[in-house]
Amino acid sequence: MNNSKSTVLQARGLVKRYGHVTALDGADFDLYPGEILAVIGDNGAGKSSLIKALSGALVPDRGTVKLDNETVNFKSPMDARNAGIETVYQNLAVAPSLDIADNLYLGREQLRPGILGKVFRMLDKKAMHDNARQKLSELGLLTIQNINQAVETLSGGQRQGVAVARSAAFAKHVVIMDEPTAALGVKESRRVLNLIKDVRDRGLSVVLISHNMPHVFEVADRIHIHRLGKRHAVIKPDTHTMSEAVAIMTGAMDPHEHAAGAFAV
Amino acid sequence: MADSSTLKTTQTADHELVAASAGGEVASFEKETLSFVEKTHRFFHANPTAAPAIVLLLAVIAFSMIIGDRFLHPFNMSLILQQVTIIGILGIAQTLIILTAGIDLSVGAIMVLTSVIMGKMAIDVGLPPEIALLAGIAAGAIAGYINGILVTLFRLPPFIVTLGTWNIFFALNLWYSKSETIRSQAIEQTAPLLHWTGHTIELFGAKLTYGSLLMLALFALIWYALNWTAWGKHVYATGDDPGAASLAGIRTNRILMSVYIVAGAICAIGAWALIGRIGSVSPQAGMTANLDSITAVVIGGCSLFGGRGSIFGTLIGALVVGVFRNGLALAGVDVLWQEFTVGLLIIVAVGMDQWIRKV
Repeated sequence: MNNSKSTVLQARGLVKRYGHVTALDGADFDLYPGEILAVIGDNGAGKSSLIKALSGALVPDRGTVKLDNETVNFKSPMDARNAGIETVYQNLAVAPSLDIADNLYLGREQLRPGILGKVFRMLDKKAMHDNARQKLSELGLLTIQNINQAVETLSGGQRQGVAVARSAAFAKHVVIMDEPTAALGVKESRRVLNLIKDVRDRGLSVVLISHNMPHVFEVADRIHIHRLGKRHAVIKPDTHTMSEAVAIMTGAMDPHEHAAGAFAV
Repeated sequence: MADSSTLKTTQTADHELVAASAGGEVASFEKETLSFVEKTHRFFHANPTAAPAIVLLLAVIAFSMIIGDRFLHPFNMSLILQQVTIIGILGIAQTLIILTAGIDLSVGAIMVLTSVIMGKMAIDVGLPPEIALLAGIAAGAIAGYINGILVTLFRLPPFIVTLGTWNIFFALNLWYSKSETIRSQAIEQTAPLLHWTGHTIELFGAKLTYGSLLMLALFALIWYALNWTAWGKHVYATGDDPGAASLAGIRTNRILMSVYIVAGAICAIGAWALIGRIGSVSPQAGMTANLDSITAVVIGGCSLFGGRGSIFGTLIGALVVGVFRNGLALAGVDVLWQEFTVGLLIIVAVGMDQWIRKV
């Protein structure tokens, strides 16, 4: 393990049980500044629970989470967001009938300055629309003609774009993306993958949960393999092949038997 | 790192080369050629109030051709406004609830109960009318709070909750009023404030009641809250997709609670308008108000599935019902055909909504 580098986000010994089911069984996690860390694991390995614990959607029974070496106790996704961790959920978490700008600012609306905002709670629609337009074009994602368009009228890739733009625009430290390319076509996936690299190049750390090995191996700097509720191995795309990663993930290969070892960080 | 990533790209992305050479932007808003039906669909999707507004316009044109000046006379127009005032106010409350994908069957019962409370407090208890009015509005908010608690904390379906509280509030109303009406004269003597909503001002031959103006002011207020505050956006988001809303950091239960409380208070303002309109306080008044308010909201283009619709749609919906009832009555058509027409409008409106909601 590399202890000389400081982590952005770290977890130690996370445990979460639902009745007799153990979703997290002493899971560890390390995320370094400016990297894309992929998290892979078989269905039921506890990836989702790990991600939820890091994004505040789940409160672990035991274990610690540290952000910038400070212990944090997220009680809700709001806490994590306020601490600078943004999550793009698999089901996108957008309000379909609201427009693009509304969705970008959902839950953190900007008010008009002065008495209009303070007393009448009036939204600063113009500022939010202008900022939304700017964020989207900065990310080179959408050539928006109508930012007042309802999100439900967008294609899957465009919606994903809105969700990614929202997290990238507001994240201060970490963006967590849960299966961002799962529902997308080939070309739309390409755009989202480029977007993920853009987000990293802007200095943020990215956690990418994906089942798509080619995507993982293309964009990830390191790969965290989750198995049976804990971190089983951490590999790099240039030390292991995809089939080795899958073999480790499913238990067909002991990561320690690999030349690069179980923790090739 | 750069070497390995290019290596990976060549290894893994052969299939993407083919796709890339196909050209064209995926995530851009392309200019599409749309058929007339698609264009119409887009238009109604973007403007949910358009359909009821067109129906209202056509109805006004049709009735003015059939009946003539008698229908279009400002006095008759203001009469329609008076007739829709109570349903309009309850419709505002109903719209808020329906936007959250709920339904409130108890709005009429809350209105009658709070009107009795206002009357009793002013006449029997002898409180100043201002305090009696506020007590009624507070009672309305509490009634809404009870609905809200049952919907959020106990996670019961709004339909069932309000079906239950409808009966409970109505029974409480009969018990508290002892099924007795408070006469208009008594109110006029001790608490004329309660009659304020029935007073009229003349404007170009139109007789506008303060109650109607109060309704319009409430519409404007709630329009502002829904469209220009974060609360409004959160109401829409909660009704649209509660899961997504809470992941976005919205405390959906709080939003639901606030909506039920505000709706209850608005019903109590409806009670004030009711006293002004009928003069007395009757525990039997407003029996059909529950369903009429839902009718106005549905005809106004609000989706019963939540998250979709506008508050002014409800005003237009209430006016559509008012215009049809008034026009058919003036044309000498039997009352039963008024009911028939309203029923037809409801079904057409819901059918439209099903079509419009499709993307």
